[in-house]
Amino acid sequence: MKKALSIAAAAALALTALAGCSGGQRGGTVNTDGSTSMADVMGALTEAFKAEEPDITVNYSGTGSGSGISGVLDGTCDIGLSSRELKAEEVSEGAVAHVVALDGVAVVVNPKNPVSDLTTEQIADIFTGKITNWSELGGADSAIAVYGREDGSGTRTAFEEIVGVEGECAYLNEYGSTGDVIGNVASNENAIGYASLSAVDGSVTAAKVNGVAPSEATVKDGSYTIQRPFVMVTKEGVTLSESAQAFLDFAMSPEAAEYISAAGAVYPN
Amino acid sequence: MRLLFTLCGLLAVGFVLLITVYLVISGIPAIREIGLGKFLLGRTWAAGQDEYGILPLILTSVYGTAGAVVIGVPVGFFTAVFLAKAAPKKLASLLRPAVSLLAGIPSVVYGLVGMRVLVPALRNSLHLPAGDSLLAAILVLAVMILPSIISLSETALEAVPREYEEASLALGATELETYLRVSAPAAKSGIAAAVVLGIGRAIGEAMAIMMVAGNVANMPALTRSVRFLTTGISIELNYSQDGSLQRQALFSVGLVLFLFITLINAFLNLVLKRDKES
Repeated sequence: MKKALSIAAAAALALTALAGCSGGQRGGTVNTDGSTSMADVMGALTEAFKAEEPDITVNYSGTGSGSGISGVLDGTCDIGLSSRELKAEEVSEGAVAHVVALDGVAVVVNPKNPVSDLTTEQIADIFTGKITNWSELGGADSAIAVYGREDGSGTRTAFEEIVGVEGECAYLNEYGSTGDVIGNVASNENAIGYASLSAVDGSVTAAKVNGVAPSEATVKDGSYTIQRPFVMVTKEGVTLSESAQAFLDFAMSPEAAEYISAAGAVYPN
Repeated sequence: MRLLFTLCGLLAVGFVLLITVYLVISGIPAIREIGLGKFLLGRTWAAGQDEYGILPLILTSVYGTAGAVVIGVPVGFFTAVFLAKAAPKKLASLLRPAVSLLAGIPSVVYGLVGMRVLVPALRNSLHLPAGDSLLAAILVLAVMILPSIISLSETALEAVPREYEEASLALGATELETYLRVSAPAAKSGIAAAVVLGIGRAIGEAMAIMMVAGNVANMPALTRSVRFLTTGISIELNYSQDGSLQRQALFSVGLVLFLFITLINAFLNLVLKRDKES
């Protein structure tokens, strides 16, 4: 009896796992897949959407912008999530971008670090290894630990493009997720890193860039310069299921603004 | 019934074949595009610039594994000698479960402790900007390979006929001399198997060292942040574009890793086979 039960439980588990991102037109489930930076925004949107449409379940799996986009192109999920603008080749394969939010990329330092106001040039110099000691910036006499994300990450691509240091960064350490960067900056006084503004919490300091502190207002009016779009990706010519369309419409509607800003990102329209 | 057993057996073989064929098919294109020499001996891995040289990854995996073996094997071997020969029965019966528990700890937990305890300790004691380094990875791996080395060596040592040791002791050798000069040589193939198994575990580990190694594809140095073959795959796979050269190159890294591990297994089988024949 016990055995039968456990087999049944295992089978049920396996089925849900299979259903995770199998996509398709079943009403009631929307599978989204992509950027880990969008976790907070997706969490807020799904929760609010659930209140409106209790019968529709929105699944989110944070696998990375690249796999989210290829997922929607291959039809393995309904909506792809990307935290960078689409590349030309992705657009030519039929990817369509819907910008649901703007996100500042915060340059984060340890709260104990006295240096918290940097110019774009200084940031570029730090990340390319021209400035190697905090004392050069008026801080303590200790070597700078430059943390970043791995090659291909949406945050890294956005940061390097905006700051103008594409492919020239001399990282001391690379991490596989936003949370890893924040956690490691929080535990090392010498560290500097970058992370989605929406993910920055009290454990680290988001530095001012050219005198402008990153915030919702400064991202929206463009005065905080290190920012990127959060994009929901669909495929041209593929009709979304009714529930997926409803979710996309909800995310793009003015109604979603408050949830997006509650999640730390900025409603763009 | 017999059919069922045959099918199950074939299933296992089928999986091995499937994985091998899949790895070869998906690993070859990038190597062809990049060039075997450039791929294996290139010193720069930078997917953003389309440079895919995995020499730093290979050397890091080799050095990391070698370092773990240099630390883990002596410690493991002496623990095994202690458990098999010298330890009082009560203490041994306490230690043995502890060792098997060590084997049961998930690798992510090793990584977590390494990240929270070992890395800051290294940073502060060696005055590094950050403690994530080859050294941290070696220390974590050394602990992780201990259980397999201890339990296999212990089994091998216990299988040594009691008469050998009694003869040695009767001839006036001390206990230490007996264990090192008589028991250990008699158990050498079992101990060798333990070492090879440890190497296999160390070279295939990804999760724990990803959390302590820093993950930048530098040429390996003890206090530098490094990237292993395994962590190279796991850290970049999620964000690489489907069908891109980056993703294909990651499969090629997988193929290289697979070849490494196959060689180690073949060597292990050779050792065990020679043992049986003698």
